[in-house]
Amino acid sequence: MPERIIVPFGPQHPVLPEPIHLDLVLEDEKVVEAIPSIGYIHRGLEQLVQKREYTEYVYVAERICGICSFIHALCYSQGVEHIMDIEVPDRARYLRTIWSECSRLHSHLLWLGLFADSMGFENLFMRSWQLRESVLDVLEDTTGGRVIQGTCKVGGVRRDIGQEKLDEMHRELDPFEQKCRDLGDVFLNDETVKYRLQGLGIVGKDEAYALGAVGPTARASGVPVDIRETGYAAYGDIGFKPVVETAGDCYARCAVRVKEVYASIDIIRRAIEEMPEGPIDVKVKGTPDGEYFSRAEQPRGEVVHYLRGDGSKHLARARIRTPTLANIPMLVKMLPGAQLADVPVVVLSIDPCISCTER
Amino acid sequence: MSTMAFLKRSPWILHYDASSCNGCDIEVLACLTPLYDVERFGIINTGNPKHADILLITGGINAQNREVVENIYEQIPEPKVVIAVGACAATGGVFRECYNIVGGIDKVIPVDVYVPGCAARPEQIIDGVVKALGILEEKRGKMAGAARTKEEARHAEQAGEST
Repeated sequence: MPERIIVPFGPQHPVLPEPIHLDLVLEDEKVVEAIPSIGYIHRGLEQLVQKREYTEYVYVAERICGICSFIHALCYSQGVEHIMDIEVPDRARYLRTIWSECSRLHSHLLWLGLFADSMGFENLFMRSWQLRESVLDVLEDTTGGRVIQGTCKVGGVRRDIGQEKLDEMHRELDPFEQKCRDLGDVFLNDETVKYRLQGLGIVGKDEAYALGAVGPTARASGVPVDIRETGYAAYGDIGFKPVVETAGDCYARCAVRVKEVYASIDIIRRAIEEMPEGPIDVKVKGTPDGEYFSRAEQPRGEVVHYLRGDGSKHLARARIRTPTLANIPMLVKMLPGAQLADVPVVVLSIDPCISCTER
Repeated sequence: MSTMAFLKRSPWILHYDASSCNGCDIEVLACLTPLYDVERFGIINTGNPKHADILLITGGINAQNREVVENIYEQIPEPKVVIAVGACAATGGVFRECYNIVGGIDKVIPVDVYVPGCAARPEQIIDGVVKALGILEEKRGKMAGAARTKEEARHAEQAGEST
């Protein structure tokens, strides 16, 4: 039997923009066990609800993670709105959908770039991030911020998008989609990419379900879960079908995200076409009293905000379960059997967002 | 290019996320990609502290990260410059009242340049790096000067002994 050695991976590692630590137990070049340890970004944001008013906490919720920022704010706002029985105007629901999908687009393009970088495809990394900049331009134009938008609030949104800008966005969607398809074509059909990804880190459907996987990681294993199907914001009106693959390997996880880029573009297009007229927010009166589990679909999967108010202007408790936390058991399952050189690719294939995970 | 004219060498950057929200980190990465492309100035993002000249650090540092930050700082060879990117890195920002946040990079290691913003924009980050390059050259000059004085003192001493 070959000798076992332990290789530390992280917290500071070139392939990781954020710190996570893994102890990799190796037999020669093969991983037999992976032991994760987290806590490098834990800030204690949940307790901050007791120090910030419930309307102000939206901005803290947005800074749980800089990539999924808008959807965190959305999920929190929806939770408070549900507790307080606030009906959000239609136009605000559509605007929220557009910004959610823009967030998903920039997050997926970001991930595709990092993933390409992890397999050593530097050119593809640069191309993905170049495309991502055009999504950020739209976000900056409509909200004022590139990664932290600050437009979602309890009771609606803070900014409107004018008709002129909506028309311009609609015009630009077609050429943008063509560029995304050219990019996606490399990820889906390039021989070297396939050779690197197919058959790597396989998790089957039943196993993924039992481990409680969420988001693209679960959908790549054939589990059709997508919280957008519950129809929050304007997803119920627009109609939506989750993208599902069945292979359960790194290639399938990549394919799900590439196809979700196309799906997001389609949702934005329809949201712009069906955009209703009207106000963008309602006045919020009173304080939240009650509790609610608010759920939303982030680029990485399902996020849960549990909120409990006791009638004061501060919430009594917030508990945030983020998608990466749910996906780490999948990662621990995927790594054994992989070569040491494939570890970065496998780790990135769940799209780890450590800031989210540790809050 | 005129602001970069004094640049004689290629400064390498080490980026570390010390408990930030990730917003600044993806903006740091965005600096490397085609729209901003700092690599045209010879600035490269490295993963190895021993190769780095500039430590670019984001976030307010938590209890567990503190040791890692100190460790990375010590491993970077002199002369070195530290840039704190974002509001959290300066003061703890929106997280300053959290129980697990130390509050600002300068509580743990000395900082030379502060970049404001939440999240800091790529243009601001590049500005910060340009400012850091000036400080780096200055530090290098001082180190060379100190080494020269030491060398001269040694020569003078030897000369004194021989007579």
